[in-house]
Amino acid sequence: MTFTDLSRVLFPLLLASGTAFAAPVLEDSIARRAAACIACHNIDGKRGADGYYPRIAGKPAGYLANQLINFREGRRAYPQMIYMVDNLSDAYLHELAGYFSALEVPYPPPQALAVSASVAARGQLLVQHGDAAKNIPACIACHGSALTGVSPAIPGLLGLPRDYLAAQFGAWRNGTRHAAAPDCMHKIATQLSTDDIGAVAAWLSAQPVPAGAKPATALPAAMPLTCGSVPQ
Amino acid sequence: MMKSMKRFLLIALFLLLAIPAMLITKEFIHTPGHDAVGVPITGSAVQVAQGKYLALAGNCMGCHTVRGGTPYAGGRPISTPFGTIYSPNLTQDKTSGLGNWSADEFWQALHNGKSRDGSFLYPAFPYTNYTRMTRPDSDAMYAYFKTLAPVAQGNRPNTLRFPYDQRALLSVWRVLYFTPGTQPVDAGKSPEWNRGAYLVEGLGHCSACHSSRTTLGGSSGGLDGGLIPVLDWYAPSLTSSSEAGLGDWQPAHIVDLLQTGISQRGAVFGPMTEVVGASLQHLTTPDVQAMAGYLKSLPQTAEPALPPVVLDERTRLLGSKVYEKHCVNCHTADGSGIPPNYPPLAGNRAITMASAINPIRIVLNGGFPPSTGGNPRPYGMPPFAAVLSDDEVAAVVSYTRASWGNARPAVTAFEVARNRAIPGD
Repeated sequence: MTFTDLSRVLFPLLLASGTAFAAPVLEDSIARRAAACIACHNIDGKRGADGYYPRIAGKPAGYLANQLINFREGRRAYPQMIYMVDNLSDAYLHELAGYFSALEVPYPPPQALAVSASVAARGQLLVQHGDAAKNIPACIACHGSALTGVSPAIPGLLGLPRDYLAAQFGAWRNGTRHAAAPDCMHKIATQLSTDDIGAVAAWLSAQPVPAGAKPATALPAAMPLTCGSVPQ
Repeated sequence: MMKSMKRFLLIALFLLLAIPAMLITKEFIHTPGHDAVGVPITGSAVQVAQGKYLALAGNCMGCHTVRGGTPYAGGRPISTPFGTIYSPNLTQDKTSGLGNWSADEFWQALHNGKSRDGSFLYPAFPYTNYTRMTRPDSDAMYAYFKTLAPVAQGNRPNTLRFPYDQRALLSVWRVLYFTPGTQPVDAGKSPEWNRGAYLVEGLGHCSACHSSRTTLGGSSGGLDGGLIPVLDWYAPSLTSSSEAGLGDWQPAHIVDLLQTGISQRGAVFGPMTEVVGASLQHLTTPDVQAMAGYLKSLPQTAEPALPPVVLDERTRLLGSKVYEKHCVNCHTADGSGIPPNYPPLAGNRAITMASAINPIRIVLNGGFPPSTGGNPRPYGMPPFAAVLSDDEVAAVVSYTRASWGNARPAVTAFEVARNRAIPGD
């Protein structure tokens, strides 16, 4: 007898005995299971006392699943996330990723631009055109011309706070964040100067997310780098 | 008179030095079990499958695989109070792995805690338990490891502090804490009970965590519970009805907990999550039933009944407020939970045992039980470390430990603060 069966039997008895309180029935859904994630990530991402929890709603499912598996396999290094996913199966992590990917939640307004116009212009230039002299591709070449990501595995870059974006570049540079090899973001992050990272993070975080933004379904052209996390 | 006294003292001094010296010397030259009769290593499908099963039951992979690495290729850091030990490569690589090991040498490692060259192995490798294994089981595991493709992954040197980095000193440790010998068969008990004892005391090495340890890391050998060094989770006593003794549990609930990670009485958390996820879920139901039966049969100690605890008004109000806001949706107002997916807190000894470290860590870290065959999509608990202050965590833990018949005194914000770090590798 399952719990639900049991409560179906017991509930009328409780009512009849007059001691009634509703016997709790557990909703057997992925949404209920994902409640453990939402406490930190909220549904649109929020700041916490010990750092920043990125928005996960609406991100490409393959990207989210890759991150969950990367935590479990030691390619990302945040102890709390490792602890959460440590003993969960690939299938379950993919299911959780799919759930969050399908959520459509409006984005908050962007952060105010907190750098000078020249720094912002440098950021915009790098995002849209890259810097061929430094062998840095444009962000839009992989993350989509609207910067809303490309399904299934490339995340959007809009709607993320400046601190979070800058912190990810730092983590790629110093090796605390990895992706499956070849780790193209590690390569790009080490080619960017800290000033350029600051400029890119500042400009991106100040851009509004278009209404109804979704990851693109295909890349506009071949990617400039080979990335192990993106099926080619 | 003086002369005989002097002679007596000299003899006493001699014995005082000579007896330990003899015992220590014996550790270097003694090879207990050298006459144990092995079985032929046929590499048959049956023998390899048996070995693979035994390796799962012992969770060899758990320690001998670094996070994200090739299974059994070693490299996982094992933090101890004496420094860090890195697990070695068990694949068939001839330089760093078991490629050149014979079945006899493998048996000496399991049974006698000695490496191929005769040097002492550090007891982070729980040969104090594995010594209880039979020689045919050792041979089956050896046959299984023979099938692991060689991975050329060099072994990382341990980073133990002096003097613990001196392997020869393990001779002293062994005199104090290690007795080689296979698991005795109790003819007065059923074969199932004996099988359970073999799995719990031997291969399963439950006492590696669920026992108290001396300052030199010697295990009490019993299952009397203890704080796991460095990890700082409390592995509860399996011989106390106030902790995790299973005397009054229904056998089916014990089997559920060990096999699926959840049960009507409680769920696994902390390091036990890996034990179920990586090891116990893969055991046959008869083997898990045997373990459950043995654990249930262990003699239990009990604390006297505790008088009800009255929390001070401030703690009670804050605790109930936090509980209403964050806990009630899953653990319910009367603390009965929605088992097996959301465990009860009323009468749950994970909450009510004397040590409060686990409830504090559970509130701070949250977590999921493991994905298992019986529970592939576990419900989980959010971490509250970033949401609640030390004061709020202390209040809500105190509230759960003093409500619904639970009767433990309040915990302090200080105890919460010192357990905020998440142990990991």
